[in-house]
Amino acid sequence: MNLSLLTTLTFLPLAGAILILLIGSGDEETAARNAKRTALWTSLVTLAVSLVVLSNFDWNQPGFQMVEESSWLSGIVKYRMGIDGISLGLILLTTLLMPICILMSWTAIKERVKDFMVAFLILETLVLGVFCALDMVLFYLFFEGSLIPMFLIIGVWGGQRRIYATYKFFLYTLAGSVLMLIAMIIMIAEAGSADIRVLLAHDFPAAMQIWLWLAFFASFAVKMPFFPVHTWLPAAHVEAPTSGSIILAGILLKLGGYGFLRFSLPMFPDASVALAPLVQWVCVIAVIYASIIAFVQDDIKKLVAYSSVAHMGVVGLGLFSGNIEGVQGAYFLMISHGLISGALFACIGVIYERAHTRDIMAFGGVVKVMPLFAVMMMLFTMANIGLPGTAGFVGEFLALAGSFKSVSTMTAVAALSMILSAIYGLWLYRKVVSGDVTNDLVLGLKDMNGREIAALAPLAILTIILGFYPSLLLDLSQLSVSTMIAPMEEVLANMHKASAIVSQGAAQ
Amino acid sequence: MLSFVVLFPLLGAMLAGIFAYRGSKLPAQMISTILVGCAMVMSFVLFFTLGDAEVTKVTLFRFIEVGDIDASWVLRLDLLSAVMLVVVTTVSFLVHLYSFGYMADDDDRAKFFSYLSLFTFAMLSLVTADNFLQMFFGWEGVGLASYLLIGFYYKKESANAAAMKAFVVNRVGDVGYALGIFLAAMTFGSISFDNMFAKLSDPSFVDAGFMFLGINWPLLELMGVLLFIGAMGKSAQLLLHTWLPDAMEGPTPVSALIHAATMVTAGVFLVCRMSPLYELTDFASGLMTFVGATTCLYAATVALAQNDIKRVIAFSTCSQLGYMFFAAGVGAYQVAMFHLFTHAFFKALLFLGAGSVIHAMHHQQDMRSMGGLRKILPHTYAMMLIGTIAITGLGIPGTPIGFAGFFSKDAVIEVAHAASGTMSGYAFWVGIMAAFLTALYSWRLIFMTFHGEYRMDKHDYEHAHEAPRVMLIPLYLLAFGAVFAGILTKGIFFGHGDDMMNIWDGIVAGGISLIDEAHEVAYWVKVAPFVVSVAGLLVAWNYYMRHPKDVQRWIDDFPLLHRIFTNKWYFDELYQHLFVNSLHRLGMFFRNSFEVSVDRFGPDGIGNIMMQLSGRFSSLQSGFLFHYALAMICGVVLLLGLAIYLAMSGISS
Repeated sequence: MNLSLLTTLTFLPLAGAILILLIGSGDEETAARNAKRTALWTSLVTLAVSLVVLSNFDWNQPGFQMVEESSWLSGIVKYRMGIDGISLGLILLTTLLMPICILMSWTAIKERVKDFMVAFLILETLVLGVFCALDMVLFYLFFEGSLIPMFLIIGVWGGQRRIYATYKFFLYTLAGSVLMLIAMIIMIAEAGSADIRVLLAHDFPAAMQIWLWLAFFASFAVKMPFFPVHTWLPAAHVEAPTSGSIILAGILLKLGGYGFLRFSLPMFPDASVALAPLVQWVCVIAVIYASIIAFVQDDIKKLVAYSSVAHMGVVGLGLFSGNIEGVQGAYFLMISHGLISGALFACIGVIYERAHTRDIMAFGGVVKVMPLFAVMMMLFTMANIGLPGTAGFVGEFLALAGSFKSVSTMTAVAALSMILSAIYGLWLYRKVVSGDVTNDLVLGLKDMNGREIAALAPLAILTIILGFYPSLLLDLSQLSVSTMIAPMEEVLANMHKASAIVSQGAAQ
Repeated sequence: MLSFVVLFPLLGAMLAGIFAYRGSKLPAQMISTILVGCAMVMSFVLFFTLGDAEVTKVTLFRFIEVGDIDASWVLRLDLLSAVMLVVVTTVSFLVHLYSFGYMADDDDRAKFFSYLSLFTFAMLSLVTADNFLQMFFGWEGVGLASYLLIGFYYKKESANAAAMKAFVVNRVGDVGYALGIFLAAMTFGSISFDNMFAKLSDPSFVDAGFMFLGINWPLLELMGVLLFIGAMGKSAQLLLHTWLPDAMEGPTPVSALIHAATMVTAGVFLVCRMSPLYELTDFASGLMTFVGATTCLYAATVALAQNDIKRVIAFSTCSQLGYMFFAAGVGAYQVAMFHLFTHAFFKALLFLGAGSVIHAMHHQQDMRSMGGLRKILPHTYAMMLIGTIAITGLGIPGTPIGFAGFFSKDAVIEVAHAASGTMSGYAFWVGIMAAFLTALYSWRLIFMTFHGEYRMDKHDYEHAHEAPRVMLIPLYLLAFGAVFAGILTKGIFFGHGDDMMNIWDGIVAGGISLIDEAHEVAYWVKVAPFVVSVAGLLVAWNYYMRHPKDVQRWIDDFPLLHRIFTNKWYFDELYQHLFVNSLHRLGMFFRNSFEVSVDRFGPDGIGNIMMQLSGRFSSLQSGFLFHYALAMICGVVLLLGLAIYLAMSGISS
């Protein structure tokens, strides 16, 4: 029965997209309504299927599960699907965020609704494919392919400068993916297979690892995004429609972290240890730089976008700490950031749809007219700041704790982001939500409607549940993460042993 | 029962929150107050049934368990937490009650009660924590509640600014605290208190070093310093104190509960909880003594020159917290807790009394516009008088008769004299000086507010009224505490050798022999605090009652000193320039210069080159999606081609 569960999950949204194209006759309004309903139902069924996957998942097995394999062109490249705890968490995040995105674009998207929904469902298929793929070529196909619908979503339904934003986005990612492609060719030639399991077991020569690592880094660093290749992100966010921002921050930013966790850390452990300082420097700079730049923004979306860059810096620090606390923390932070920043972009969408501006200074006193919105905004702002008791705290704390074990002074610098995030987060809340109502624009705002509450409530509930009982997610990924970082831990242990011998020798 | 004590206020907060959203006010107020009241009764039961040196734990469920981080939600009850339970629930209940009257005219009062209960929950989970992480939860939770309550009057820009300042400055301390936790986790492989303390007995840790910020630190000293930075933030010690006076923007009951009796004492609680660590760290403890003593004196000088009645009391709190810290710093943790305990009563009393005055004066807080109020507010006056006698520590020297502060403050000063640390001499003399200043500013407040001529305008005078009974009852009860808290609990906190050993064994490390020595200090040391306190009273009486005009002459004679005191030694201005402005400038520089140049050399630059090459920039723009897809397909073809090639060559070989 499990034989095709992952395939079903992955291609179900695509089937929904085809259905929308087929039934889309009649007048424009009906067609739009039908498209929206079909898309919503498809995403909900996909969510249900992902829960079936979860219920069939064996939490005590560290390796890949529900593996599907069918011959595809050659014995080296095959259609291989399979998941472990790491992919499953991200799959669930994707299937959860999709219906929320569709709900948030229900009235915000007015033109070419049908095409929009099709693009979204195709995007879902491609992203789920990234997390399910157990073959590197398949991974590449999904990984690069997922950007095409994203380009379209920004380029067609975006704001004023959408073409420029998409172009920027495109240039950065293209540069990275060319290098990754070359690395993949070398890897297949070296290991003789594109099977990720085979590649994980293969010992790549240390010298080759460095080059492969750098090539993958070029691609994943753009996706994360790391400083200084982050400038596409604020631009893309500002131009993207609300649901585009949710998916961008919630899921597409996680592809880079997933790539590090699946490829760089376990396949190139020597290079990961050797080049960890590079990542740590880049991340510490990103954390501080992005946090400082966040609070001089006028656009609410830009502020949250820079806050994403800062958080992803903490993810990077955790990933390259080389210990379980750090990597588990980074993984948890990826998921929690998906929930929280997704929710924040949804909140921004709520007021943008009403006020048609995202200028921070245009607001003030929103709490008076939108009390429920104010509560939501407070919750997600606090979660974004990393308040204990919310999901935002757990990952950040663990990632920094792990990183502290590896590089304590740099972590101390990065920990200053605790202060800086409070500054920009609370400043935003103070200017937008608190204060007295000073203009008619705010006075005319209406509180969230049922659809918006339905979209935000699951995120709010999960943010709190994961804040108090994070084991729910930590247990899911614990074994897989241990497996993925075991090679790196081994390299580190050997290094310590070697340095101990050296210092012993010196003492004698 | 312990779980109920902690969870009842949470339930109250949630129910009150729901009522608040539905717009019903009285049910929200009633339910939250009753639930906190129940928690208070249970806390007293727990306190009185607690055996000597007893520790009980209630495990709820798992929290974060990854590697060295091994935290569960566990409620811990021992004498240290039991004392805090009593303080927190009692003051919280009385403040809830008081707020029925004080907030009666506020439309958002249901929300206010919800926040108060939320605060109580967070504070209780802080004091019952059994590991660092849960304590951090409570620690930041009280910070959140404090933020919400300071900014309660959300229409006022100054209140919003103060709320944000409080949160951010606290976060500075929290970074230190978090780093301390990381270091502890890494060192001990655990962040639960008992595991840590058990490992501390291993002497190898004392000599261990740790590279941090380019300095090779003694590991435990570093841990002590980092955790103390956390305590400094929460307890408003010097350098991280600037948020506390601004926090007075919140409604006065909040100031009494959070910024006097409970939250600000969390730092003192933390260092007492960490006594096994601080027993081993000379440098960190010395730093604590120094910072505590300096804050004690600094805040007292500022309190002298403030005219806002709440700010005087705020700086007084800051100063009294300094006493607690240097008591802990010299190693008398029990004495620090003693002063924390008595201070909670008389300081909450003073704040609620001030609230009663402000309520009567229609939110006038400037003492220069008060005067003569003892006739209009006789009950409030009497209660404030009791609070003032308690804080200045009046009693009959040589006898066990006196107000609360008489016992605890004298104990603090005596242990500072008895201690032998490098900073203890400094702390002792500063403590004596601050005791004089305490009496001076406290009596100044009383004389300016309640005595002399009426200085308010006619409208305020005619509408001034004594507080309703619901506000006065909490005052009476706190006054009872301010009178008797010292006499009744002296044996627990400042008793003699063997008794103390039985009570505190395994809960607080050290302190007992020091306290024994403190009982034996010279007679003049015992009398000195009393003498300076009376002197302070006399000086205040002379200047503010007999010759009020002389005050102005003093100010004219020492204008610089007066300006420094009035402006709180210019810390706010300094920080504004040093941090706020430069951070903003840096942000603007990054935004306008750096981001732009990254783009210029990055995507824009490449785009320009391409345009020059092809001359068809526009077609590139619209066609890049096609290019991207093409590149990707090429990639796939390349990969597949390679795979087929490899497969074929594999077959042929």
